[in-house]
Amino acid sequence: MIKYEQKALLNNPYLPLSCRIVASTVQTDDTMLFKVRFEDDRDVEAFDHKPGQFVQLSVMGTGECPISIASSPTRHGTIDLCIRKAGRVTEAFHNLGQNAVFGMRGPYGNGYPVEVMEGNNLLIVAGGLGMAPLRSLLWYALDHRHRFKDIILMYGTKNQHDFLFKGELLSLINRNDIKTLLAVAEDIDGSWTGEVGLVTDLFDHAELDAGNTFAAICGPPVMYKYVIEKLLEKGFSKGRILMSLERKMKCGIGKCVHCSVGFKYTCIDGPIFTYWDAINMREII
Amino acid sequence: MKIVKLSKTNVFQFVDHLKSFGEVHAPQRKGKKSSAFQPVKDNSKLLLSDENYTRTILPIKKYFHKPIDTLLKFSPGKGFEDAYEEEEAKVLFGVHSCDISAILTLDRVFAGKYVDTYYFRRRKQIAIIGMSCIPDEYCYCHSMGTDFVEDGFDLFLSDIGESYLVKVGTSLGDDMVSTASDLFIDYDEKDTDEYKRRINEFPTLFVTKVDETNLPAILDMEYKSEIWEEMGDRCFNCGICSMVCPTCFCFDVNDELCIDGESGERKRCWDSCLFKSHAMVAGGHNFREKRSDRFKHRFLHKHQEFMGEFGRTSCVGCGRCTQDCPADIHFVGMVKRIKGDIACVYEGNNKK
Repeated sequence: MIKYEQKALLNNPYLPLSCRIVASTVQTDDTMLFKVRFEDDRDVEAFDHKPGQFVQLSVMGTGECPISIASSPTRHGTIDLCIRKAGRVTEAFHNLGQNAVFGMRGPYGNGYPVEVMEGNNLLIVAGGLGMAPLRSLLWYALDHRHRFKDIILMYGTKNQHDFLFKGELLSLINRNDIKTLLAVAEDIDGSWTGEVGLVTDLFDHAELDAGNTFAAICGPPVMYKYVIEKLLEKGFSKGRILMSLERKMKCGIGKCVHCSVGFKYTCIDGPIFTYWDAINMREII
Repeated sequence: MKIVKLSKTNVFQFVDHLKSFGEVHAPQRKGKKSSAFQPVKDNSKLLLSDENYTRTILPIKKYFHKPIDTLLKFSPGKGFEDAYEEEEAKVLFGVHSCDISAILTLDRVFAGKYVDTYYFRRRKQIAIIGMSCIPDEYCYCHSMGTDFVEDGFDLFLSDIGESYLVKVGTSLGDDMVSTASDLFIDYDEKDTDEYKRRINEFPTLFVTKVDETNLPAILDMEYKSEIWEEMGDRCFNCGICSMVCPTCFCFDVNDELCIDGESGERKRCWDSCLFKSHAMVAGGHNFREKRSDRFKHRFLHKHQEFMGEFGRTSCVGCGRCTQDCPADIHFVGMVKRIKGDIACVYEGNNKK
């Protein structure tokens, strides 16, 4: 019986910590970027995440939802969360306002295997809101620039109004240590100066060394299919294609089973899976 | 293992003695035929193994992973707080080996990298006293290897006719026995012989048998089989199989507000992967849209995915799902059919 007593004494994994919204900026009609910080400095100190991990966000009386961390662990102190109004909790979160207090627990999930990826080229392919978790990886790589060889960013959205982190990403075009390729599928008012087309069209503008590159992709389900086709065509090994998956993570700690895919839980075994993992898991995309 | 003998005439006295270790809960009649674990008020209402109680409506998971469990309380002033209140110690008397096996499975689910403290706080507060049983037409624990347990109980009572052989599994169990030593005597050679005779006879008592060897691979090969559509049409997605299953543990989490509109409680409640909302994400996309998808998911999680995760199926062969299914789905028939035994289609195995 002793083992139960020890387990009973551990910290409650469901208990969120108090957090505050420090700043928020409008990204699109329904999406905001929130800068948040734990109320207690000890929690700030203790929080350490990997790119690609997520947190469980709590709005009192509304509930919890999983949100990927959009800031790099290299920028310690505050955490960026890019949140689209898509359901009850995100809607309530948008309505909280500046300085509001909410609950947060995490980080959860495996995150990108950065220690394996370092020393290689990095290709980031994002579509729409998929830029949010990849922004963490992007800045992790840029802040540890010497650890990676060539870095290429490909980002596409429906139109310029859906474009996230616009100023930040446009300014990357001027940097010569990263190749930044941006596209919109439709230029609705003629103001877009870059590529008009799908994110897959951007592959025409980049030379890829498949054997020495890790590709991290995130976007809507339909995008995975075409981007993966492109990558396989370019000779990428399935284990070098990293996908970030969305599921209904209710608990975040592998207990509630809502996010199960095959015998994996997206919340603890994922959300980052290689394409090799994916083809061996049913109903994945 | 320490083993002693308890005469059946001393059982009620022993139950009374157990009350000093916590509130005793044991199977008692609920409806005409059904039974449930309930607090013992009158010893004569107890269903003991010789009266052939086979399975309670709900398994004992209801004590550890409650149907509705308040996890946290919250208020704008205090933030989120743990709402767990230490419960009185309990003694569950008369738990069958399938249900004990199931709890050992849940132990692994709720442990792991993140430990579910609610489950384990109750686990340490609740003693388990097992009891042997006689299988009915729904039982197939022998096929699942859960008809005997070597672990997971404080005491285990095995019926040998006029008395029980009592296996002592933990130090707490030893306390229960040694503080009532006048109720127990040593067993002799005749008792050993009778115990062995019953153990050897036991497998022959089963009507329902199934062989799950190689099932995970076959399920993989039959992933696109039309049987799933057929079962999806038949299954009501009512979720009763999940509720009564001793190893189903899915839960949903919801916030409930108090009348002040600010403070409230966060509660979890049992859920089922057969429910439509189970895999639905914000925005309305459902990863398991069809009934057949959800039926298949539940079946595969039990019989295939648990193999990958824990090295054994999570099914313990208690027979509750088949007994309670309003669509008359015979889950053993289902396994047999997937394995190619055409004579065992589920319709042919309808219950009485």
